[in-house]
Amino acid sequence: MNKTWIIAKRELRSFFDSLMAYVIIILFLGFSGFFTWLFGSDIFMVGQASLQSFFGISFWTLFFFIPAITMGLLADELKSGTIELLITKPVSDWQIIAGKFLAAFLLICITLLLTLPYYVTVANIGKIDHSAVLMGYLGLLFMSASYLSIGLFTSSITNNQIIAFLAALFIGIFFQLIFGLVSSSSGGWFANLLGNLSMATHYESMARGVIDSKDIIYFLSIIFAGLLGTELVMSKRRGSN
Amino acid sequence: MEVSVENLTKSYGFQKAVDNISFKVNTGEIVGFLGPNGAGKTTTMKIITCFMAPNMGDVKVGGISVQANPEAVKRHIGYLPETNPLYKEMPVIDYLQFVAEIQHVPKSRIRDRIFEMVNVCGLKHEKYKKIGELSKGYQQRVGLAQALIHDPEVLILDEPTSGLDPNQIVEIRELIKKIGREKTVILSSHILAEVEATCDRILIISKGQLVADGTASTLRKQAQDKEIVKVTIEDGNNEEIYRSLQALETVELVDLLPHHTQAFEVQSRMSMNSRRAIFKLCVEKGWSLTEMTPVERKLEEVFRDLTITN
Repeated sequence: MNKTWIIAKRELRSFFDSLMAYVIIILFLGFSGFFTWLFGSDIFMVGQASLQSFFGISFWTLFFFIPAITMGLLADELKSGTIELLITKPVSDWQIIAGKFLAAFLLICITLLLTLPYYVTVANIGKIDHSAVLMGYLGLLFMSASYLSIGLFTSSITNNQIIAFLAALFIGIFFQLIFGLVSSSSGGWFANLLGNLSMATHYESMARGVIDSKDIIYFLSIIFAGLLGTELVMSKRRGSN
Repeated sequence: MEVSVENLTKSYGFQKAVDNISFKVNTGEIVGFLGPNGAGKTTTMKIITCFMAPNMGDVKVGGISVQANPEAVKRHIGYLPETNPLYKEMPVIDYLQFVAEIQHVPKSRIRDRIFEMVNVCGLKHEKYKKIGELSKGYQQRVGLAQALIHDPEVLILDEPTSGLDPNQIVEIRELIKKIGREKTVILSSHILAEVEATCDRILIISKGQLVADGTASTLRKQAQDKEIVKVTIEDGNNEEIYRSLQALETVELVDLLPHHTQAFEVQSRMSMNSRRAIFKLCVEKGWSLTEMTPVERKLEEVFRDLTITN
């Protein structure tokens, strides 16, 4: 059996055993459901059979929830010392990292899967653009994976979950908000660069149903950078622990 | 499978935790790792198990280097760390299943191995409980079970009996001895009696350096070149006995033991033997020699000599 999967399976189980998974799912469905169906510019206000409002609110809900999912992934093992038993098993650092990343990603997939009734409902009310919905979900998955990767990295640098959580939010807020704000309030090549680094730029183009290789490369780069950073921290710790 | 440690050096900042240590452990040998706190025992074990990389030197397990191919090495090792870290929220049986899978135990044998480990380590009634709910002694058993589940060739145990009650200590020692007949076992301990009872060979390490290597009896002999005998002589005047003993050619030092009215400790000169002379002396003077026993130095004293003077 693939070792990444063995690690992911254990991690996913511990999400559910510790009730963390249920709390995340319930809160996410509560928030996104409330703003999609009941409040503000919800589906009935917009008057269109689309999930735009859902994608808009999920963009922010996931931003806050993902660091809560990732904060314990490595920090907890560092604190309790269980990392020692994991590392001394015949697995590579990459398998550990990939396993943990996969577990958190699967939890997000399960959560988003539970929002499918939204789609079914809207599709029944009116004529929905199926490919736009598909792209929207894809965008959410890519965005989640990017923040998961950042969160995994911050979880590897400390044995304190709160610090890991706040550090992930701190790094994340640049991509989520600050790059976009600075970009729109200034001009020139620098503003252009920051605009391209902003998560919203890429997410929104996908949520509108447009797929561009630039967006995919953007998300994959962030994911890769986060995982690579995690691996570097882990191997550094082993050398000079 | 033999473990050979070659010129191992590891420093934390400027402090050398392990300083150029070399030794070899053969298959079927149980080696006890002794040393005061902070001597470098745990660090050495962490390097053998591939948790840490050495600054210099290498460790080879069955000829495979821990630096060149850590994953191959790790497959052959069962490791119980000093702090015995476990996933507290997991049930015992699920945890063992996880370890068995990750240790390449074939799927068809996982059930049998878990069953065997649960029996061997006495976890029958605890197997469905969460690890965090178990007492320290039972957690130690879980730690041991996870180290043994893949039937490893090399077993590294960092203070395996800490937290166990006396009955459990005896059981675990027996278990280690049984395993040690075919496998290579390295265990560390603070309890000298335990090392003496379980291990074939003792390594004493102090301030990162190896200061002694041998069986318990050779270590004692090494540290004891001068024969010491305890004698009890009756029917005589203590002062006269004392003077006569001290006058013997082979005797270096005589001590009147406190709390004993007529018992003396007689230390011979370097590599000399005074037992005959004492006996003859008693016959000559008409004293009754009621006791003459060689005094063995305790391993504790040997340990203290080696680790304090160094």
